[in-house]
Amino acid sequence: MENESGALSRVAGLFSARGYNIHALTVAPTEEESLSRLTLVTSGTAHQIEQIVKHLNRLIDVVKVVDLTDGPHIERELMLIKLTAQGAFREELVRLTDIFRGTIVDVTATTYTVQLVGETQKLDAFIAAIDPALIMETVRSGAMGIMRGEKCLQL
Amino acid sequence: MELTGAQILVHFLEDAGVEHVWGYPGGAALPIYDALDTDAKELKHILVRHEQAAVHAADGYARSTGKPGVVLVTSGPGATNTVTGIATAYMDSIPMVVLTGQVPTNLIGSDAFQECDTVGITRPIVKHNFLVKDVKDLAITLKKAFYIATTGRPGPVVVDIPKDVQNAISTYVYPQEVELRSYLPVTKGHSGQIKKAVELMLSAERPVFYTGGGAVLGDAADELIQLVRSLGYPITQTLMGLGAYPAQDQQNLGMLGMHGTYEANLAMHHCDVLIAIGSRFDDRVTGNIAKFCPNAKIIHVDIDPASISKIITVDVPIVGPVKQVVAEMNQHLAGMDKGANQEAIDAWWAQITEWREMNCLKFDESATKIKPQAAVKAVWEVTNGDAYVTSDVGQHQMFAAQYYTFDKPRRWINSGGLGTMGFGLPAAMGVQMAFPDATVICVTGEGSIQMNIQELSTCLQYGLPIKIVSLNNGYLGMVRQWQEFFYDRRYSMSYMDSLPDFVKLAEAYGHVGVRIDDPKTMRQQLEEAFALKDRLVFIDIVTDPQENVYPMIPAGAGQNEMILV
Repeated sequence: MENESGALSRVAGLFSARGYNIHALTVAPTEEESLSRLTLVTSGTAHQIEQIVKHLNRLIDVVKVVDLTDGPHIERELMLIKLTAQGAFREELVRLTDIFRGTIVDVTATTYTVQLVGETQKLDAFIAAIDPALIMETVRSGAMGIMRGEKCLQL
Repeated sequence: MELTGAQILVHFLEDAGVEHVWGYPGGAALPIYDALDTDAKELKHILVRHEQAAVHAADGYARSTGKPGVVLVTSGPGATNTVTGIATAYMDSIPMVVLTGQVPTNLIGSDAFQECDTVGITRPIVKHNFLVKDVKDLAITLKKAFYIATTGRPGPVVVDIPKDVQNAISTYVYPQEVELRSYLPVTKGHSGQIKKAVELMLSAERPVFYTGGGAVLGDAADELIQLVRSLGYPITQTLMGLGAYPAQDQQNLGMLGMHGTYEANLAMHHCDVLIAIGSRFDDRVTGNIAKFCPNAKIIHVDIDPASISKIITVDVPIVGPVKQVVAEMNQHLAGMDKGANQEAIDAWWAQITEWREMNCLKFDESATKIKPQAAVKAVWEVTNGDAYVTSDVGQHQMFAAQYYTFDKPRRWINSGGLGTMGFGLPAAMGVQMAFPDATVICVTGEGSIQMNIQELSTCLQYGLPIKIVSLNNGYLGMVRQWQEFFYDRRYSMSYMDSLPDFVKLAEAYGHVGVRIDDPKTMRQQLEEAFALKDRLVFIDIVTDPQENVYPMIPAGAGQNEMILV
């Protein structure tokens, strides 16, 4: 969509006005400065999804809409998770982070901050694998996606 | 040419061919008002008495002419007062540009005097809106605004202009072209789909055309008449679609929906092919969607892809301008060697004729009380059915739609989607300003008219000889009707005590007031009132308070489940 102030609130406003759900939403400018790329995760029946796509297309600031789930695509989400890491848990959390191919990006005497990238389910699995008492804070980007192969979202 | 932002605005409007601006001045719009005084040549500003009326007037102008209506107001309350008008135009897809003053850019976000987030407040009720932060962007933004408002599915566009931008200086050249990579309205329907639709139409045994506001707004009346007449099929229109097909034509079944005719609703219910053109399957039309046209294959022509299969899944969708698509249908039909299934169509007409004989719009005449239906019929006779008619919202609106039959498009002007009381009088001002010599009637009620009655003052200032026909039954009639039917006759807050003397009120505003309360003198009094060509006449007609609008499909019922009397 156009990298204009207000464009994001048009999208968010459309979802609230028409009663659709936003599970996750991520947006940032692209290599072409005048454009922003927005990935939004929603749910609904086929009819609802069709309506969502049509209504998004109706927004003047929206340049192009694709439903990534129509074809093969890659989905990734970034999570930063701050964990209490003391005593025996310090070793255990390093091993767990390795298993999930995460990276410890910040360390203190009592905490680790783990960076994890993957599909939403993988991030969920990581959280499920950790004793909830150790989790101090999580921040997730929401999923972003891109089509596999040579297919591109182009103007 | 070096000009201030305010001057650029005025020059732009003139260069864009805008004739009228409806507005109301205030602090954050003062530079523009000054530029109107110094720079405007052809452009005429009309000073209303409330900003809501400015929007409805611009709306009435747009509906009657097909050109975009233009509004100019100040920031804060000026802008918020336009909201009802903008939402009204949005729901009915009316082309309009609303220009709002804004506090200077350095004060935006500081809760400054008369500041509000106009772009934020209007966002859900506009086709698009803009905040102009740099005077260099002003002319091109205005160009975009008019382009967006008038193309594709039309709609209102708001342009918010901070005061410092109005005062800043820039070079002005009228932008001839505009291109928006993210906005490419469809200009042509898919030929394959059009062909498919024509074939489906010809295969029909019980077809019906169901046309809406899109046929009026898309100026498709001529093409539609040709199509419907060449096939010989029945046609019904929505409240918004009245006039796109001559009401008095034998093939016309009249209006459908909640207060539609018996024959129109039953034809819908029993049809096997439904041809929806520029209509959007509104809930007041469909009733219970689970029971909607149970046996029909549906063709749907609409300029807006989001309208298609929104409520009812259709079999042959065609996205495109109604005028072009229908013209292409006519071409296809002319080139085909087979025609409609005449035997089946004759049988279908025989069935429809039987339904018609129910004469569902008949009403009891009375020697003592004026029936609202009789009043509208009398107005139709007195004006030879050739007036522009605006209305407010309620029983009078439905009586006007049912009994003032419209043979031409853009003659019936009412708030169908939003259902805005207070629309009628200001909308009539817009129509009368566009057509100074035409007869313009505002059919209203004593409830609705009081929602924008202050505009009687504007009408005097600009010499607008509107004829206000107020069906005064002392009740908020449609509310009363629903309370009678669905709330055990508990008439909660639907009776209005302490009504003003409307004759004196009209006179106080410098107009003529007439009160009609006797069926025997009604015709004569109406003739006298309409003979006053140069005066606004407020015709206060005392009507039977017990009268209801029939037929009626209760909300949630099927189209074959009408209350007839």
